[in-house]
Amino acid sequence: MSTQKTDHSLDSFGDSSASATRVTPGNALRPEDIAIQKAVPSEANAQYALRLGDDALILAQRLSHWISRGPELEEDIALGNIALDQLGHARSFLSYAALAWDKTEDDLAYFREEEEFTALHIVQQPNGHFGVTIMRQLIVSIFQHLLYTELLKSSDETIAAICAKAVKEVDYHRDHAIQWTLRLGLGTEESAEKMRHAMEILWPYVDEMFKDEPLYDELGDAGVRPSTLRAAWDEEINAVLADAELEIPKTGSAMSFGRQGQPSEHMGFILAEMQVLARKHPGATW
Amino acid sequence: MSEKNSAWPLWEVFVRSSRGLSHVHAGSLHAPDKDMALRNARDLYTRRNEGVSLWIVSSNDIVASDPDAKGQFFESPQGKDYRHATYYTKSEGVKHL
Repeated sequence: MSTQKTDHSLDSFGDSSASATRVTPGNALRPEDIAIQKAVPSEANAQYALRLGDDALILAQRLSHWISRGPELEEDIALGNIALDQLGHARSFLSYAALAWDKTEDDLAYFREEEEFTALHIVQQPNGHFGVTIMRQLIVSIFQHLLYTELLKSSDETIAAICAKAVKEVDYHRDHAIQWTLRLGLGTEESAEKMRHAMEILWPYVDEMFKDEPLYDELGDAGVRPSTLRAAWDEEINAVLADAELEIPKTGSAMSFGRQGQPSEHMGFILAEMQVLARKHPGATW
Repeated sequence: MSEKNSAWPLWEVFVRSSRGLSHVHAGSLHAPDKDMALRNARDLYTRRNEGVSLWIVSSNDIVASDPDAKGQFFESPQGKDYRHATYYTKSEGVKHL
């Protein structure tokens, strides 16, 4: 292994006949780098990173169910990419949070119990049909994009750095969701009906995303109060839904307290599948 | 797969690598329209940091040569050495050639 040559040669640069699928990983911030960094988060900042990580992790787990089940090969890969992006964000946030408790990202992902997770209920909602997944993506990706954009100014440098990488990716998730919302909303009567159905299922979980917790009093400039994002979120999603000729349903708000360790009824099943391998073979590697 | 799905048209994808000067044909894909084709191309053909620019062309808009007409189309230049610079000897006294 030690003699293996790393291909940083310039041979293929500027060569129009070079492979269009040449592999170079780039040099973005990786979870592996965070896991060995010296800066350890305060308890409050770790709790905050845990929340951001849990949302991304559970959404990634949900989205990855689409792999091999997408409506088309191309869309299958698009959703798989988005799942992997979210998994990457989860790994970074959890790796950072774990430093505060002398744990690893795997300890937090695989060896916490249901009530120790802090994910919002919206990301726990089942994929349903394609329209439900797209509507969930629209709701969450607009939220994450606004949140990560604000967190670029976080006083916690690691959180800001993770968001600097993640914000570009959720910007694409947002675009992907908007494109499909427009096409399904304006498509056929059936596709529009399915989108209306999706909104009725999901809208009760919207309010929870914008609830502030006592934690924010301790976070100071490290975090962003979600309540401050509501107006911008409303404006952005209303514009998309108006273009897609979809109306927000008049549903009530669900009693959801995911941040307080009260997961939805789906969480046990999500975790059972996500954690079974790691728990059956603790410490196993490839 | 229903028939409705198979009606998604075919698109050709060209990727320009980070230091590449021109777009290179990378493959093709199905998409319902040109905007989704561009996004699908991003998802399928730039997953490993391959590109900084994409071109998408409807496969229907490609005018292609006939694979069975190789003889009349492409074999004529064979043997015509005089079309290559190396055919010519350097004249005496010419520098920097």
